[in-house]
Amino acid sequence: MDFKVGIISMPGAALSNKTGSFANETPVFKHKACTGCNLCIYFCPEGVIYGDKKTKIYDFDPDYCKGCGICAEECPVDDIEMVLVEK
Amino acid sequence: MLTKEETRNELFTMGHTGCSGCAQSMSVKLIMEILGKNTIATSATGCLEVFSTRWPESSWKIPWIHSLFENSAAVASGVEAALKYMGKKDGINVIAQGGDGGTADIGLQALSGMFERNHDVLYICYDNGAYMNTGYQRSGLTPFDAYTTTSPSGKESFGNNRPKKYMPEIAMAHRIPYTAVSSAGYPMDLQKKVKKAMTIKGAKYLQVDVPCVPGWKYEPRYSVKLAQLAVQTGLYPLFEAEYDKIISVKKISKKVPVEEYLKLQGRFKHLFKDEAGRAEIEKIQKMADENIERYGLM
Amino acid sequence: MKQVLEGSMAIADGVRMAEPHVISAYPITPQTHIVEHLSQMVADGDLKAEFIMVESEHSAASVVLGASACGVRTYTATAAQGLLYMEEVIYNIAGMRLPVVMTLANRAVSAPINIWNDMQDAMAIRDTGAIMLVAENNQEAYDMHIQAFKIAENRDVMLPVIVNVDGFVLTHTFEVVETIDSIDKVREYLPPINMEYKLDVENPYSFGTLGEPSVYMESRYNMYNAMKYSSKTIIDAAKDFKNMFGRFYGGLTDTYKMDDAQTVIVAMGSVLGTIKDVVDELRDSGKKIGVLKIRSFRPFPEEEIVNALKNAKNVIVIEKAICPGKGGILSVEIRDSLFKHKINTVNVNGYTIGLGGRDITPKNIKDLVERAEKEENVDGEFIGLSQQYL
Repeated sequence: MDFKVGIISMPGAALSNKTGSFANETPVFKHKACTGCNLCIYFCPEGVIYGDKKTKIYDFDPDYCKGCGICAEECPVDDIEMVLVEK
Repeated sequence: MLTKEETRNELFTMGHTGCSGCAQSMSVKLIMEILGKNTIATSATGCLEVFSTRWPESSWKIPWIHSLFENSAAVASGVEAALKYMGKKDGINVIAQGGDGGTADIGLQALSGMFERNHDVLYICYDNGAYMNTGYQRSGLTPFDAYTTTSPSGKESFGNNRPKKYMPEIAMAHRIPYTAVSSAGYPMDLQKKVKKAMTIKGAKYLQVDVPCVPGWKYEPRYSVKLAQLAVQTGLYPLFEAEYDKIISVKKISKKVPVEEYLKLQGRFKHLFKDEAGRAEIEKIQKMADENIERYGLM
Repeated sequence: MKQVLEGSMAIADGVRMAEPHVISAYPITPQTHIVEHLSQMVADGDLKAEFIMVESEHSAASVVLGASACGVRTYTATAAQGLLYMEEVIYNIAGMRLPVVMTLANRAVSAPINIWNDMQDAMAIRDTGAIMLVAENNQEAYDMHIQAFKIAENRDVMLPVIVNVDGFVLTHTFEVVETIDSIDKVREYLPPINMEYKLDVENPYSFGTLGEPSVYMESRYNMYNAMKYSSKTIIDAAKDFKNMFGRFYGGLTDTYKMDDAQTVIVAMGSVLGTIKDVVDELRDSGKKIGVLKIRSFRPFPEEEIVNALKNAKNVIVIEKAICPGKGGILSVEIRDSLFKHKINTVNVNGYTIGLGGRDITPKNIKDLVERAEKEENVDGEFIGLSQQYL
């Protein structure tokens, strides 16, 4: 890494930092009542939730999820549950 | 449809070291979705700068620069001038970012200059109501009666003894073409305002309410809830203005008493101890009511 | 073409020949005429540049920082209080390795407020990581500005360059200056700026990132090395300039009547003119005296200074600055250079003179020559004080 010209980072290099290790809790997507509203995707501070409005199948990326629980709190149909991470 | 691969390709990537439940990172993610890759961003010193660009890492997939605490707006003015010189200004968005301290306190002079010169820059203030990066010291945008480490509550004090500075109105006083206030609690509202700002040439100001888990002292899962309560109580009016005229406000669907908002946050817990605290809550309720009246929120 | 030009106009014209793309400034005496001339050139279409007149020096430096990071050529100018207000940004520009060029119209610092010339402002920023050159007269100032861009933008340097010119003494004085007629020749001397890393949507790097303890020192070390390396670039830029335009004022230093000199006066900037006149006179009367001119204060030309002074008996350092709590600045650095090279036969005396625009007369200089032969290791002693105000 050439930083002779000042400290410069490469685009998106933060992906090497797996922040999933921050999490005490982790979401479980129940896939029962989901309406495909996408609010969980909007509200995720990390942008780790992905899924399909049509199939209503959503999941998250455990490598980066910090387990804040906003998705579970905001899910209008309680289709996401937070469970403790075993460490 | 969003795949796991696609989430990893966002312009503001995961892997940053923001706190769990950070509403600022949520807002940046939402804003970058709208701005797209033809954007150059500056950041003031602060949480966002520290948690998104720890060398050799960076969460940014757009050209990004941090210089100092108080000059984000001036650096962005320089970026815009360089793009203009190179004939590249059309088609590239320039945004300047800062926290509430970097914007309304130490960065106000540079921001005022950027407004007055009407640089084609969107300035975004992520307002979490205190100097959170240095450990929750009060700023000019700290709300009335909030506990911070430099406006602590105690026998002689209910916390911050001044109301929040009306920063959006300071922006409007410059007669810039667009001023907007939004919130991490309302992603569609936020994205709509960013989209609109992109269509307007000249200086734009966007202030976003971003609850802060450690600074406001609440459970991470309440970030969105608190942002929404701030709006629904009338404490954080969302509106848009063109020049000095307010052109739209986000109406409150059902007015919520401020107590509902305050009681979820550790920074206001001293107000719930006794009668004197009750009286303070009444004062805050009055401020919310005045906002509702003043901005026509209902 | 030979013209009678005000110093500020000569500087502005030198800057114009270097074709900066973004200029930003805030007015402060005695810098104002320089930026007034430049803004007129832009208004008249004689210089194609974005000229941003900002609300403070802090923002002036920040605007050129942002523009420079986009890969364009940038310029600003200031003095005294303005420089102190910018200082934070200058550290930042240097740390981010951005090749900004600026003029510093040297002026005393407040309090008491004083708009006249000395070099205390420059001394306040000597550790920022900016290259600091000092011009002796308006012709050199004109030429030095063109050289400054070449030095700053060198791939192995990439540091801001500050060209020091004495406020009023140079900026507001009319002298004959030979300007360059052919912009093509200047373009040949100073190729288009070409930065490897810049803010560019096609290659979206992040600038100004957090440097943790694991990397901060290395970043400063690289800057330190670039500053060291720039000695060569400064000399090359002066030589190349001579080859193309015929004028040369030395590389890092210059000497005057130094053959067999036993007494040497060391100084920077416009005071060298007076000093050289005195030396001419003293030479005529048979005194073995010469002059060492410091053209580059940062990087500090240690080798050149040692080589020039090692055979002298008495060295007189004329300084328009003071380090309260210590004494001289330039004199201390010179003494240290000699000490490092185990030369203990040279008597170095440093005198503080001409602060806040007080005239430095030929008689002052002659007195110091006499005194220096009788004194040892004087460190920043004030010369020419008025007893009634003490």
